Amino acid sequence: MSANRTISPSTLSLKDLPWQIDWKKDRCTLCGQCTAVCPVQAIELGVFRKRNLVTSIHRVEDNQTSFETFYGIRQKTTIPEACIGCAMCAMVCPNDAIEPTPSTGTPRFRFHQDQDGEPRKRGGRRNTTESLLDQIKFIRISMLTDPALDAGRHEFEMRSLLGRVLPPEENMRRLRTHGWIPPVREIYPLIIGGMSFGALSPTMWEGLQMGVAYLNEELGMPVRISTGEGGCPPRLLRSRFLKYVILQIASGYFGWDEIIHAIPHMKEDPCAIEIKYGQGAKPGDGGLLMWHKVNKLIAAIRGVPQGISLPSPPTHQTQYSIEESVAKMIQSMSMAWGFRVPVYPKISASSTSLAVLNNLTRNDFASGLAIDGEDGGTGAAYSVSMDHMGHPIASCIRDNYLNLVKIGKQNEIPIFAGGGIGKNGNIAANAAALIMLGASGVQIGKYVMQAAAGCIGTEKERCNVCNLGICPKGITSQDPRLYRRLDPEAVAQRVVDLFVSFDMELKKIVAPLGRSTSLPIGMSDALGINDYAAAERLKIKYVV
Amino acid sequence: MCRLFALTSKEPVSPMEAIKALDVMKEGHDGSGVGIMLRDLGGPFEEMKDAPILSGIFTEDGIRRLDLFMMDQGFMTKYKVSIKVPKTNTSGIPRRGLYLIRAYEYPESWDGLDKGEVERRLMMTRLKIREMGEEKRDMIVFSFWPDTIMLKELGDPMDVGHYLGLDRKDLKARVIMAQGRQNTNYAIDLYACHPFFIKGFTTMTNGENTAFIPIRDFLSSRDYPGYTGYHSDSEVFAHILHYTMEGLGLGLDTYKHVMTPLQDKTLEKHPDAPFLKHLKQSCRQLIIDGPNCVIGTLPDNTLFMAQDRKKLRPGVVGGRPGMFAFSSEICGLDAVIPDRDKSRDIQPMHLDTAIVSPDRQEVKICRQTEPLALPL
Ligand code: SF4
Ligand code: SF4
Repeated sequence: MSANRTISPSTLSLKDLPWQIDWKKDRCTLCGQCTAVCPVQAIELGVFRKRNLVTSIHRVEDNQTSFETFYGIRQKTTIPEACIGCAMCAMVCPNDAIEPTPSTGTPRFRFHQDQDGEPRKRGGRRNTTESLLDQIKFIRISMLTDPALDAGRHEFEMRSLLGRVLPPEENMRRLRTHGWIPPVREIYPLIIGGMSFGALSPTMWEGLQMGVAYLNEELGMPVRISTGEGGCPPRLLRSRFLKYVILQIASGYFGWDEIIHAIPHMKEDPCAIEIKYGQGAKPGDGGLLMWHKVNKLIAAIRGVPQGISLPSPPTHQTQYSIEESVAKMIQSMSMAWGFRVPVYPKISASSTSLAVLNNLTRNDFASGLAIDGEDGGTGAAYSVSMDHMGHPIASCIRDNYLNLVKIGKQNEIPIFAGGGIGKNGNIAANAAALIMLGASGVQIGKYVMQAAAGCIGTEKERCNVCNLGICPKGITSQDPRLYRRLDPEAVAQRVVDLFVSFDMELKKIVAPLGRSTSLPIGMSDALGINDYAAAERLKIKYVV
Repeated sequence: MCRLFALTSKEPVSPMEAIKALDVMKEGHDGSGVGIMLRDLGGPFEEMKDAPILSGIFTEDGIRRLDLFMMDQGFMTKYKVSIKVPKTNTSGIPRRGLYLIRAYEYPESWDGLDKGEVERRLMMTRLKIREMGEEKRDMIVFSFWPDTIMLKELGDPMDVGHYLGLDRKDLKARVIMAQGRQNTNYAIDLYACHPFFIKGFTTMTNGENTAFIPIRDFLSSRDYPGYTGYHSDSEVFAHILHYTMEGLGLGLDTYKHVMTPLQDKTLEKHPDAPFLKHLKQSCRQLIIDGPNCVIGTLPDNTLFMAQDRKKLRPGVVGGRPGMFAFSSEICGLDAVIPDRDKSRDIQPMHLDTAIVSPDRQEVKICRQTEPLALPL
């Protein structure tokens, strides 16, 4: 752009962008790999013209000017082509000649992402590293008065229950009288939360499923995975691996035609049915699969036309009250599988969660409650929802658990926590903290993508283009050129690594607390925090 | 670690026998307190097996308030043991008011009530006295139950024994439980001292209960007035026992299945697997995790010992027909029953509940992998 031209309000300079490309001319071989790999075409081959002045100390006529052109990498400054910091260019560069660096100031780019009046949407996360869970410490260490246990040698049974557990008296009575006893699954307390087939690429989905199957069948870890709202591939529905799968139904009912038709052919019951009423990343908003990702396969599984955006409504359109949601939906889903499969709702953490819970306690078919906190991730959402809507998970779980304790139903309705677990890498510590606050287990999504598939998104506004189908790692893309980058076997291997190491870390946390025979649900005396207000709020110890 | 000793004998014996055992195990406790429970009483109490006996410590005001309260309820004193403590102080034992052991006649208005209702009222009366005492700090009540005496005091067990004159002739019992405490907290509340009693069920424990908070939360939310107190993390063992047997109507062989359930792999092979799976799931919040040796008695005077899942605490059972003892250490057993066949001593392991039934003929080992005597 020339200095004497008008500039539009959204004309940005490189400095206005969140990421600047640092390119080293002396190392670049002009192989073009970076420009080819860049998911947003942020860089292109540039021709630069350079003027060389040679001044003479003799006569002025001897001064010379010459022009030179050279080739290099140019970063673009348009809004859709702004660098997302994914560093794929750095990854493919054979000479380490290029890398993105984060902008140091406030990128003015933010104010211009609403072109054509369309607010920014993105995938990923909340992009903030703050984490109350990271602040929680485990302070009740067994010292001399009771021996700390040995994480490596003692026996541990870190299992959780998913399902409506009857109060002991009632359970004994129904055993005696051969009454109906609600189905209860014994599962591993770390659950892979709902990420749909569609949001995730086929290779990613396959990798996750294979990893889960291996954990169950070879390592004896009852790990479960939720399908998210996008149906389930027909072959999986008819396979014995279905028992490791939690089928999710949400307001778009995507894929449920296929599922219902598959019921008579199912060899195994699914682990459970999760009715999604909300998610932490965009509470009060429905799922969203943007048209870029709705290809033939996805369209077929979901039972929709190809190439259209699929926004799910914020609520289940057939239900207008909690009685209907709880009574009608849970009951009919239970009935579909002959009351052999646990059915539970998943909601966004909210100051109204208690009302939902109280309602569930009065419904015999409700098998649990999954609560997703504000730090939950997503494949696509409006930025404003992701950044500003929602309730932190810790206090929501605590309130709900203590409410159950008050009415004596803390063992009857398991609460599962999601959203931000391991957001800074401390997955076992975060999970253990939530369990001791009262959760029966935790659901993870982003962590699995990062650890098992190498998602490069971070809490520092990196990448986050999961919604556009251009995931540079092939995790959230439906483009075969991209998802072929992801080897499902390698994903499965990493899923196994992740769970096995989590298991060891969890033992390393509970063993010094003197716990091993059961999951320390609600063992709040083990927790401390160096924030007085948080300690009061969570009813745990304040320690400095 | 606290030291435990319990005995069951055909002939009534003096509580000093148990104190003697604690004394030889002195290396293991610091003499900071002792708790004793006597049941199946001999002496004058032999004649009044049904009369509820109130055990506790009262100040002078407390006694007056107690008398008024009991009279108001319609209870009449039937018999009492007056414990006269020496005028001079004994080091380590605090001066308190009156140590009360008093048997009552039931109120006339209770005539014709069924057993369950009488027992409920006895418990509610004890809780009421406790509540009144906590308000003015003038009464401490340990038990109020037929054929049961309970004493607790700080200090060295032998000193406390002499101080309270426990060697007196009219104080004898066939079932005795005693614990010598190892102090791990300074502000000792007598309500935190073992043994713990609820409706004829008594337990004492050593070790730490690391799963205390979830267990306490579960018990206190059962809507059962007796599940209260919890000055000690060990009180829950008595309540779990009561809950298992009276609340759920199960046998003693399920107590350990509630507290330390089998791991899934073993459980699946158990002949009563479906029942045990439901028990494990629905009583999940009652699973203990600490290093604990639990010794307890049932309302019918059965005596038992159960160990934690990893058997991290010592415990030995031995004796001869007519007299058996449960002890933390063998030296305790030697001190009280030297003339037993030592080769038959048993140290219950992680799956075992050692049981001596009221006939006192043998030690039965009930292993968790064996079939249950189900009351189903
Ligand atoms: S960091 Fe990613 S988006 Fe930026 S130029 Fe490199 S490849 Fe393109
Ligand atoms: S790597 Fe893929 S999944 Fe991860 S943030 Fe980027 S686009 Fe999303």
